[in-house]
Amino acid sequence: MRTSIYVGVVALLASVGTAFANEGGAGWERPADNQIGNLPSLQRGARNFMAYCSGCHSLKFVRYSRLAQDLKISDELRDQLLVKPGAKFTDYITSSMPEQDATEWFGKAPPDLSLTARSRSPDWIFNFLTTFYADAASRQTGVNNLQLPGTAMPHVLSSLQGVQSAVWRNVEHAGAVTKEFEKFEPGVQGSLTAEQYDEFVRDTVNFLQYASDPTQVERQSLGVWVVLFLLLFTGIAYLLKKEYWKDVR
Amino acid sequence: MAAVIEGKGTFRAWLNKRLPVDQFVADQLTGYYAPKNFNIWYFFGSLALLVFVMQIVTGIFVTMHFKPGETTAWNSVQVMVREVPYMWLIQPMHAVGASFFFIVVYLHMARALMYGSYKAPRELLWLIGMLIYLALMAEAFMGYVLPNGNMSYWGAQVIINLFGTIPGIGPDLVEWIRGDYGIGDATLTRFFSLHVIALPFIIALLVALHLVALRQVGSNNPDGIEIKEKLGKDGHPVDGIPFHPYYTLKDIVGVGLLLTLFAIVVFFVPTFGGLFMEPPNFEPANPVSTPEHIAPVWYFTPYYAILRAVPDQKLGALLMALSVMAFLFLPWLDRAKNKSVRHRGVASKILLGTFFITFLVLMWLGLKPADGIYVLLARIFTTLYFGFFIALFFVSKYDGNGPVPDRVTYNAH
Repeated sequence: MRTSIYVGVVALLASVGTAFANEGGAGWERPADNQIGNLPSLQRGARNFMAYCSGCHSLKFVRYSRLAQDLKISDELRDQLLVKPGAKFTDYITSSMPEQDATEWFGKAPPDLSLTARSRSPDWIFNFLTTFYADAASRQTGVNNLQLPGTAMPHVLSSLQGVQSAVWRNVEHAGAVTKEFEKFEPGVQGSLTAEQYDEFVRDTVNFLQYASDPTQVERQSLGVWVVLFLLLFTGIAYLLKKEYWKDVR
Repeated sequence: MAAVIEGKGTFRAWLNKRLPVDQFVADQLTGYYAPKNFNIWYFFGSLALLVFVMQIVTGIFVTMHFKPGETTAWNSVQVMVREVPYMWLIQPMHAVGASFFFIVVYLHMARALMYGSYKAPRELLWLIGMLIYLALMAEAFMGYVLPNGNMSYWGAQVIINLFGTIPGIGPDLVEWIRGDYGIGDATLTRFFSLHVIALPFIIALLVALHLVALRQVGSNNPDGIEIKEKLGKDGHPVDGIPFHPYYTLKDIVGVGLLLTLFAIVVFFVPTFGGLFMEPPNFEPANPVSTPEHIAPVWYFTPYYAILRAVPDQKLGALLMALSVMAFLFLPWLDRAKNKSVRHRGVASKILLGTFFITFLVLMWLGLKPADGIYVLLARIFTTLYFGFFIALFFVSKYDGNGPVPDRVTYNAH
């Protein structure tokens, strides 16, 4: 009976934890489905980030050296492909754009992305990068976004995804008619298919999740042993207690 | 009882002549008789002590790398978890430890409510415990503000501004607490001082008093009867067993279970789905960008729900303060002869069960936005919350005066 209570408590703790993690859900919202243990995916994500994101966004808490070490990227490849011109391999990954210029150009400096996967979520980033659509009303960039309406960010990945257009339907709700997103339609073609583009974004999101918490894989693999040890410890402690408590009548 | 100093000329004899080690063990552990019928609810006292020690130890390491202050705090936390060896483990242990402290303390308090452990002769034991709880709330709040994340910042705004509702001195008091016109460098450095020195010191002192008071009156038990009233031929309670080895060994099992749960959270779900570490706190404090909805950490949300249930802010703050303080009056609100809910009637059982559910529902409501159905629910459950303390005063007069067993209930296993 006792044991079943303990098992129940563990299960309850775990389910409460996951229940709080899963909320939300409109048509365009999809899970990122990235795998943090997938090393090739993380390496591709690092390449994507350096090629498409790091011009404007920094990862100011991540060093090139640590990144290369964690993602098992050789010193040669690291210096050739990752480290920006003028930077040392031990430097933090800073953006190439001076903050003042950025504020003038976009109205808001592009945020540092070190912790975005934790402050938003991997799913949020995935949906942000997949739901840009053509919007003539947006004079600055010509695009808008479903995850972050009115975003100041241009569709940097349009050469890959192309520019899709959104189809809206009118919904009557309590007398008022509102526009509701129905589906995307392909517009300008990009160089990747829809599946390839999702995969590209998934790798990038995976990399950002790594960057937000670089020790998570190590932590989980160590955690298995710690929990196993503690269970063994508890078991032995229980047997010892039982032996002593035999005398208690 | 006097311990025999064994082995003349040994180090032990030398030591005991100068420091009463054996005497202390004999008085406090092997000679301290505790009721033999403790159940799972009696783990949480020793576990609270364990979590306290764990917070001190992890806190020492966090303090080594933390740089208090408006411009340095948030960055220093990021740098320590990423660049200082094993701080990726120790810093989350400290953060998750705060939540575990409250889980353990709430269960410890629930035990006292179930078995009437606050009733005479343990009123002072209960009051000291409540002081620990209040000091712990201050400690946890300041620790939460220190890293200067965005939720820390806005949460601190809300909580500190509550003091502004005190008539007359309110606005000046708020400024005095912050040391500035807003939450700034002065606030963070003074919170650091209080968090690492003043409050841990006060808590340690209160814990010592709590234990001394416990040794004086003896532990209550699930049957709520005094074991000291039935002494055996040897002068010890017949239903008592020496704390050591019986309860030291039993508590180690509790320690193992708690650490297992703790490790599962720290290693696999450290943010606990945003409940132990909230997503907005992974962004630095931003005075111009409010988080979507501001809520304190889960362990304060029952009181936060009560605060928001009242339309008038001043009255809400007053009711919130009263909801915490209400526990202080329990020893005198409860007029029953019997302590334990086991030996009270159905009315008392329903009353207590309703209160536990009410507390959990308010906790949940405090995490939700204050609109629509949630406001109505918060008002209903706030009424139920205070209703418990009032109803207890009347119900306990008539319910819980029946006969109690002579000896504690214990099935040998």
